[in-house]
Amino acid sequence: MKPILRLEDVTRQFGGLLALNEVSFNLQPGEIVGLIGPNGAGKTTLVNMVTAVYSLTRGRIFFDGKRIDGMKSHEISRMGVARTFQVVQPFPKMTVLENVAAGSLFAAGAKSLAEAKERAMDHLRFVGLADFAASSASALNLADRKRLELAKSLAMNPKLLLLDEVNSGLNNAEINRALELIRSLLKRGITILIIEHLMKVVLSLCSRVIVLHHGQLIADGEPSAVVRDPRVIEAYLGSRYAKQQKEKSRE
Amino acid sequence: MKRKLLLLALMGILLVPMVANNYMIRLATIMMLYCVLALSWNFIGGLTGYPSFATAAFFGLGAYAGAVCQGQGAPMYLAWILGALVAAIFATGLGLAILRLRGHYFAIASLVVADVLREIVNSTTNLTGGGMGFNLPILKLGVDAQAKLFYYLMFVLALLTVATAVLVDRHRLGFGLRCIKQNEDAANMIGVNATIYKTVAFILSAVFVGWAGAFYASWVNYIEPGDVFDVLYSVKPIVMVLLGRAGTISGPIIGAIVFLLMEELVWRNFLTFHAGVLGLIVVALILYLPDGVLALNFRRLLAWRKNG
Repeated sequence: MKPILRLEDVTRQFGGLLALNEVSFNLQPGEIVGLIGPNGAGKTTLVNMVTAVYSLTRGRIFFDGKRIDGMKSHEISRMGVARTFQVVQPFPKMTVLENVAAGSLFAAGAKSLAEAKERAMDHLRFVGLADFAASSASALNLADRKRLELAKSLAMNPKLLLLDEVNSGLNNAEINRALELIRSLLKRGITILIIEHLMKVVLSLCSRVIVLHHGQLIADGEPSAVVRDPRVIEAYLGSRYAKQQKEKSRE
Repeated sequence: MKRKLLLLALMGILLVPMVANNYMIRLATIMMLYCVLALSWNFIGGLTGYPSFATAAFFGLGAYAGAVCQGQGAPMYLAWILGALVAAIFATGLGLAILRLRGHYFAIASLVVADVLREIVNSTTNLTGGGMGFNLPILKLGVDAQAKLFYYLMFVLALLTVATAVLVDRHRLGFGLRCIKQNEDAANMIGVNATIYKTVAFILSAVFVGWAGAFYASWVNYIEPGDVFDVLYSVKPIVMVLLGRAGTISGPIIGAIVFLLMEELVWRNFLTFHAGVLGLIVVALILYLPDGVLALNFRRLLAWRKNG
């Protein structure tokens, strides 16, 4: 199958810091892939490269067969790439409905504001925010804001969804609801790349996991194999712990 | 009720020249001019959230474009169209260059433009008369007729500006501009072409101002660089919009009217210190009425007065 997203040697330098170093991988249509790695590994930077917040120092990015590095953010989002932000970014002075309608209007080709609002209402029902349609976005609590962020992305009618820590700061019950939502997105055929710290989420959702460490891709494979990879253990828990583990397994 | 009130106001505006003396007509014309300036600034400052100080640049540019055009013997209406066009084209280039900057940086970049243009006009004496100013051909009309003509012309321009503001507000352009104001990065990410939208807002903030500048030149018959590139043309519209309510349509209009009344009252009563007093009033208003006059709850205010 032709990959929906393809990164080739994507490199980004911030002054002397190599934030991403020749990262290459493919996403196949319809799959859900976890992107993990310690803090500062370059996960959010990678999402920012795909959505053209930053330009590439080297490398190429293809979406749906077309080269997208060098395009503008709004062009990429109109092609069908949506993202959520780690720190939620609503339009605070608009209503929840208007926030979502913006996605339908500007990225998904709604003909009028009225049509956009109609579509937006459907998305709000889907994520369970219909009751808050008329309230101001800044009045929502964190869990609802994360769901609003998701509804906004859905309104853009995406083929590829980049989820940047949608579960951070949520309690267990809220996380379980979010997981259900994400699973129902998969059923719609949306490809998902999810940045996640909670291994429980990664292991229960993802068919594949990519691990970044110091800007380098150190593992790419099945979740159960990746978590046993000594390089991954070393990246997360330090080299001394990795050595101990190795010795234990020898004994 | 609202529609009737609006109709009544329109009738009043149309009847002003029949009953008022020339001083009142002049004041009313300036009021229309202020409405045009305030509504124009509202496109870029109120809706989009970019604090532009370029209004004086557009005004002066329109005035000089129109004046020079008329000086070459072109008819007035052509000069006015040219004034609007030159301001719009200039805003396109300037916008693409400085709208990359945000916040204070944008404000400062837009602030110096009027000064640069003034110096250019000052030094191109052959074309513009430089610091000596520029005399426009005198109209073959009586004083009264001329006052009335420009009152109605300025009124039509104000109407045109209001109509554009209403259209933008209902169109996706207005919606996109509001998105940009609240979170430009998120707006980009959701598919808003922020560069184009901001530039269009900037052009809208220039075109009617340039037009008004060309009107002004024909109206007063004599312009000089220090007059039409005056920084006050940049500052006043901002104060008016904040005085009314930023981002709305009625806000800038009400702000313009209130500002003109204040300006006139203060100017009459504090001849030597009027700029200072006006400044103090502006500071007080911003401190105590940050959301503008429209945010006032008049009913509560009345109730409070009755009780107190």
